[in-house]
Amino acid sequence: MRLKVLLPLLVFALIAGALYAGLSLRPRDIPSALIGKPVPAFELPPVQGRNAGLSTADLTKGEPSLVNVFASWCAPCRIEHPVWVELAKTKEVPIHGLNWKDQPQAASRWLETFGDPYTRTGADISGRVAIDWGVYGAPETFVVAGDGTIMCKYISVVTREMLDEKILPMLRDLKRTGKTSRSC
Amino acid sequence: MTAELGHFALVLALAVALVQSTLPLVGAWTGNVAWMALGRTAALAQAALALIAFAMLTVAFVGSDFSVVNVAQNSHSLKPMLYKVAGVWGNHEGSLLLWVTILALFGAAVAVFGGNLPMSLRARILSVQGMIGIGFLLFILLTSNPFLRLDPAPVDGNGLNPLLQDPGLAFHPPLLYLGYVGLSVAFSFAVAALIEGRVDPAWARWVRPWTLVAWCFLTLGIALGSYWAYYELGWGGWWFWDPVENASFMPWLAATALLHSAIVAEKRDALKSWTILLAIIAFSLSLLGTFLVRSGVLTSVHAFATDPARGVFILIFLCLVVGGSLALYSFRAGELKAGGLFAPMSREGALVLNNLLLATATGSVLLGTLYPLFLDAITAEKVSVGPPFFNAVFVPLMTPLVVAMAVGPLLAWKRGDLAGALQRLKFAFAAAAIAVLAGWWWLADGPVLALLGLGLFAWVTVGVIVEWAERVGLGRVALRDSLNRALNLPRAAYGMSLAHLGIALTVLGITASSAWQREVLTILKPGDKVDVGSYTLTFEGARQMRGPNYTALQGSFAVAKGGQHLYVLQPETRRFPQPPMDTTEAAIESTLAGDLYVVIGEPDGKGGYAARLYWKPLVIWIWLGAVAMAAGGVVSLTDRRHRVGAPSRQRAQAAAAPAE
Amino acid sequence: MLRRLFSSPPPSPDGGGREGVCRRRRRGRPNPHPALPRPSAGGGFKGAFLALLLLAAPAFAIGVDEPLPDPAQELRAREIAKSLRCLVCQNQSIEDSNAPLAKDLRRIVRERIEAGDSDAKVQDYVVARYGDWVLLKPPFNARTAALWIGPFALLGLAGIGVAVYYRRLATAAKAEAPPPLTAEERARLDRLVSD
Repeated sequence: MRLKVLLPLLVFALIAGALYAGLSLRPRDIPSALIGKPVPAFELPPVQGRNAGLSTADLTKGEPSLVNVFASWCAPCRIEHPVWVELAKTKEVPIHGLNWKDQPQAASRWLETFGDPYTRTGADISGRVAIDWGVYGAPETFVVAGDGTIMCKYISVVTREMLDEKILPMLRDLKRTGKTSRSC
Repeated sequence: MTAELGHFALVLALAVALVQSTLPLVGAWTGNVAWMALGRTAALAQAALALIAFAMLTVAFVGSDFSVVNVAQNSHSLKPMLYKVAGVWGNHEGSLLLWVTILALFGAAVAVFGGNLPMSLRARILSVQGMIGIGFLLFILLTSNPFLRLDPAPVDGNGLNPLLQDPGLAFHPPLLYLGYVGLSVAFSFAVAALIEGRVDPAWARWVRPWTLVAWCFLTLGIALGSYWAYYELGWGGWWFWDPVENASFMPWLAATALLHSAIVAEKRDALKSWTILLAIIAFSLSLLGTFLVRSGVLTSVHAFATDPARGVFILIFLCLVVGGSLALYSFRAGELKAGGLFAPMSREGALVLNNLLLATATGSVLLGTLYPLFLDAITAEKVSVGPPFFNAVFVPLMTPLVVAMAVGPLLAWKRGDLAGALQRLKFAFAAAAIAVLAGWWWLADGPVLALLGLGLFAWVTVGVIVEWAERVGLGRVALRDSLNRALNLPRAAYGMSLAHLGIALTVLGITASSAWQREVLTILKPGDKVDVGSYTLTFEGARQMRGPNYTALQGSFAVAKGGQHLYVLQPETRRFPQPPMDTTEAAIESTLAGDLYVVIGEPDGKGGYAARLYWKPLVIWIWLGAVAMAAGGVVSLTDRRHRVGAPSRQRAQAAAAPAE
Repeated sequence: MLRRLFSSPPPSPDGGGREGVCRRRRRGRPNPHPALPRPSAGGGFKGAFLALLLLAAPAFAIGVDEPLPDPAQELRAREIAKSLRCLVCQNQSIEDSNAPLAKDLRRIVRERIEAGDSDAKVQDYVVARYGDWVLLKPPFNARTAALWIGPFALLGLAGIGVAVYYRRLATAAKAEAPPPLTAEERARLDRLVSD
């Protein structure tokens, strides 16, 4: 009897708890389906004016790397771009650029204006390769292990702190042992 | 000056609400008549102050006073006047102000029309209304003040989202809010009754008209929103099970259940504790909807101003209101005495079945809406719950509800005769069978579910007529007597019939438009002909044109039927510069038999244009059905028993013995 | 895991973000329930709202939708597109969305169908890249069991509640009826009758 009249209150407490938790969740960020899977098979020509294109083979040579999805039309990409330029100077890890649905000249000009941190670039003009990677916005950044396994995907802008606290420690693990126990 | 005046009025309204929420309550406790009477004065004062604040914001919008942040963000000097006014509630702050204003007006309405309520009950109801008012006024003043100034003022405003520059905006939100907020009155009645520790048939009789008012507005508001989406979105969908839509649908389901359970509470003095709970739940779901929409915890195309501070505020408020009232319920519900007895197979039993199914439906929509959130919070995994889930749950729940709808009114109170009722429904059986067979014969290409829909439509329609014929004794007494009886039937009976017919019509519209829709997606070059349904459309070409605050691509389609030219449809794709956005203006030729719905898309660069052409049979009946439901509610409200107001408690109790 | 990343991002220079693209390019989804129609800039124009802007979607798709020549295949393509959720303009299916990504995915769906894939295989193709999230009808598995069983459980619970209520009514009805005579009363009654 007592329980019966308490039931609505209990259900509400449950819902309120979930709502509170929900305030700090990000429902729009969809986690990648490719974590723990090998990088998709692809081969792309470089961005106009560059000579190193990007393909599956480049990501499975034993060295861990970062794959950054960028485009000249993507305003937020400009925000995170200095982070990559700075990281490139340290030569700690190869950063590859996946240029998504861009005009060849625009992409080339963009890299000249803001700096080119990329070891290799792949110009995905039609966007088909990006779909194979499960890309749905830019910027997105993948952490790829030396054997070509996708470890992490970061949606939206990567900041300096994220790089120092999450991404670089993981890459160092991967470099040393080929494995990592860190989470994204 | 106007903005400061509005702000000042809101602060005063808060002070008044503080008085309204405390003194009458204490007065009712201690028997202080003067303090109880204060509730009435305070409610009227609060309504006046809220109206002043609302008027001041309206003045700022109409006069394009861009020194007010809210106006600068959401209006533009070149906007047509209708949208300047509608722009007042076309944004977060303004819509909250509308909410508070409506809340205060309902409070004032209780104060004015509640003269027949016992003094202590009215004082307590107004106190609870005042408490809700405090919460929303604080919310506005602390997190969402519409009267903030901007210095220096910009030359012009940002403009209003072009999709909102539509007559739909002018009427949809106010109607919806009248529904949401109207449910606060039922809530206040329930909480007041719990405080008094007393629920009797008189209480149920008083609460019903208020619920009915809210329900009518909610029905119209949802229907208008759905129709707006239908003609504005550009692909002819009218319901998407989006979280924000569900947020308005859940209170509607709960309010519908409440309307029915309150009948049992009024006529048979039973289901009292449940009715109280439903009143609390209906308004709680309104508040939950507010939270879902404004906090951004769920992905909706609609929710964006996701300020965490606002989310936290509403959540705290939600916990106080819902948690508080449910805690009160758990303390007091046990003390409510069980009332009248009845057998499961009876009018009451049918109403219990109605409540069982509607409550399950409400719970299921709630579960489906919140499930992604639950899963994300517990396991950090993401899942989508889309229309297929809701449809799969809804059809099996609504089918028995609609079937029972024809039977229930034919059952007697206390102990009904199911066999007899079914016997009297033989015409409805026959009609349903004919409808199914005809549907199967003529329209063999539809899904099986469509036949079910047709059958249900015929069943309820004829069932409603049979019930009416029973009441007036058609065929049993002389025609003149029948006519006399028909004239003397209570309005509430006609209201019920009309509302149930509305459901049947909506079922028909949903069934026909989804099962027998014709859709052509194609690329057309000028001169191309396409057949859609029984119409032939000739694409005559497209041209660029200029509107008052947009540019548009306009296509022309000549429509012919049986070789005869009928009319020209001109769909547009509009491009607004401020804020930059494309919208689709579908060209719709709406008839009672069906809608021809034409959309023009992008050029393919080779002289052709993408186009979508639809024939949607009977689709308009979805909304006409909703209008019939609301009309039923209005007719019911004009019933003398509601209109003259409730009788005194003694008389009501005397009348509570099984009527009719 | 991503929560902290958006705490206080620097402002985007021209705000061309995902939300913006979605609004600009899509066929137009008004807010039919405009409890909150526009991002309100005033006090709320802070981190949370900006965070939404920090992912951009491309502004163009490859060409317009060209229906498949075979009507049966085209119908299947349309049905599959309706079952997949758009990642850009979320809460629309890729059939309804005008986001360029949705267009590209529609194109892929048509290609896969033309290549002879079954409906399930086409769905799997998209799911393999974007995860179960894209399925508007969530598959029945451990994560969604509570969702799919929930409505039945609710109906069952409500049914039990009603049954208990009816039993109480039945007991109360019995109690209201005059109680049967005890043996002693019956004996007295018999005596009175026989006298």
